[in-house]
Amino acid sequence: MPKITKTVQKVPKNVERGTLDVLATKPGATEGAFLQCANCKKIIFTAEFEENLRVCPYCGHHHRLTAHQRIEITVDPGSFVELDTEVQSVDTLQFEGYQAKLDSLAAKGENSDSMLAGTATIDGLPVAIAVSDFAFIGGSMGSVAGEKVTRTLERAMELRIPAVIFCASGGARMQEGLLSLMQMAKTTAAVAQANAAGVPYIAVFTDPTMAGVLASYASVADVILAEPKAMVGFAGLRVSKQAGVGKVPDDFQMAEFVYKHGMLDRIVNRKEMKSTLGGLVRMFGHHLREAA
Amino acid sequence: MAREYAKTHKEWEKPLVELEDNIAKLKEAARKEADPQKKQTYEEKATKYQEQCDRYVKLMYANLGDWEKVLVARAERRPYTLDYVQGLFNHFTELQGDRLGQIDNAIVGGPAEFQGQPVMIVGHQKGRNIQDRQMRNFGMARPEGYRKAIRLFDMAERFWMPVISFVDTPAADPGVESESRGISEAIAAAMLKMFELTVPTVAVIIGEGGSGGAIGIACSSRVLMLEHAVYSVIPPEGCAAILYRAPEKAPEAAKALKITAASALEFGVIDEIVPEPVGAAHRDPMGAIQLVRTALQDNLSRLQSKTPAEIQAERYARFRDLGKFAIR
Repeated sequence: MPKITKTVQKVPKNVERGTLDVLATKPGATEGAFLQCANCKKIIFTAEFEENLRVCPYCGHHHRLTAHQRIEITVDPGSFVELDTEVQSVDTLQFEGYQAKLDSLAAKGENSDSMLAGTATIDGLPVAIAVSDFAFIGGSMGSVAGEKVTRTLERAMELRIPAVIFCASGGARMQEGLLSLMQMAKTTAAVAQANAAGVPYIAVFTDPTMAGVLASYASVADVILAEPKAMVGFAGLRVSKQAGVGKVPDDFQMAEFVYKHGMLDRIVNRKEMKSTLGGLVRMFGHHLREAA
Repeated sequence: MAREYAKTHKEWEKPLVELEDNIAKLKEAARKEADPQKKQTYEEKATKYQEQCDRYVKLMYANLGDWEKVLVARAERRPYTLDYVQGLFNHFTELQGDRLGQIDNAIVGGPAEFQGQPVMIVGHQKGRNIQDRQMRNFGMARPEGYRKAIRLFDMAERFWMPVISFVDTPAADPGVESESRGISEAIAAAMLKMFELTVPTVAVIIGEGGSGGAIGIACSSRVLMLEHAVYSVIPPEGCAAILYRAPEKAPEAAKALKITAASALEFGVIDEIVPEPVGAAHRDPMGAIQLVRTALQDNLSRLQSKTPAEIQAERYARFRDLGKFAIR
């Protein structure tokens, strides 16, 4: 791999480039040799960026991943089995533009809605896993995402294995109205069942974990991890400001702020996420393996 | 041209209130009038107008649009939680504090007796004048409100008391302080606690069922909703800001979000609509309170014949089934 020096600031004119947060959500869009970090604006070799798990080598910014990219870097290679793909969103409210949006995403081959669910192994240990996909309508939780989270926890109970859920969501899906609000209750109810069944549940907050998702199944996990600088909050900053909130701390609604206030356990760099999860799954799942 | 919508319930109901004021003046004039012939004319006129007015009220409230429902649900004169508490319960003893260093006035709660039976009450409380509204934070609960609710749920479980929640909030408090103290965790933990309960729980949405702030205390065995209350995943103003980039289009958003009791019943989100007196709860608070009493009695007695295990399992099943999707 070519060595990058910090003097590489100019990109040849004929090279495809763009800001990472846009590209990171479009698989296959990073084929060009260079990319520009949306955070520090420095130019990065694509190969190095990929090697670094899509973390900027200069500023350490953790760029967003699609659900598939997340699975790829988190679980043992080839161990992921996607389930629940038959569960598909419907436009119950006949909400303006919703069906068209779903159709256009389906046409692009997106058939997992905002939540990729299934089973996998981490460090050889089986887990029920779900990963939200921010690229799919902002990772919003409608009936489908709620059902998949619930099934993931139920699967963990049935198979007696730990559950791991990666969050990346703007909140409840407005286009499904009250039914989305009910997913908050439904997923939390499933956590209550998992707690009673003695099944460990680990949540990881990635950028962004907001509103209806944060205020339901995400916040009642046994262990909560987060990626650095992930946006984590209840109300959008705009809403907070509308509500007469004048000055906010610099790190307001960042994982670091939430950590400082005792609402999550650890901030973990992407490179260490897999090993951290592996350790937790091994330790918290010991009683399940011993009983089996 | 875009239709003009009223922004507040007061504004929307103004023509009606003016008509009522004029009728009252006419009646007063009739009462004071010495000339019997004139007195009779005045009285006849007053009766005629009163009948017209009654018909008008009936018609207006029977055909409320989605946005008008929002206005009515937010009406200042509408009975709030403590009005229901006063009308329906004896010996209500308000308990306060989250035992973690904070108090909240937007959620009130404590034990009380409902027809001789001890129950636990938890509900959002709004204020009617400026000081009151500030004290109640406009009915927007902070984390400590939900943490207090958790304490009360816990006691209800240990001392075998059914839980009755009254839901009436625009949303949970979105401020920096609430974020710092973990408003999201507090709401989620309150829901979690509600699912752990083995005592009967009944929630009544009496006014505004504002998203996470509402569901935090409404994960109940039975969820009832007043005829003109609203229940929504996002305030219509917020939805309009996202969808149309124009908060003033809230009336359109209210329609799109399907926030009425009828829609909530259709989706299985609520179990029962509690009818309101003619002209909505604020025109006849005592009537509304009586209707809520009947509904509560009915639902509590149905739940009380069940075992703790049944209550918990049925509550879980009720929420597990919520959601609409296709299988393909």
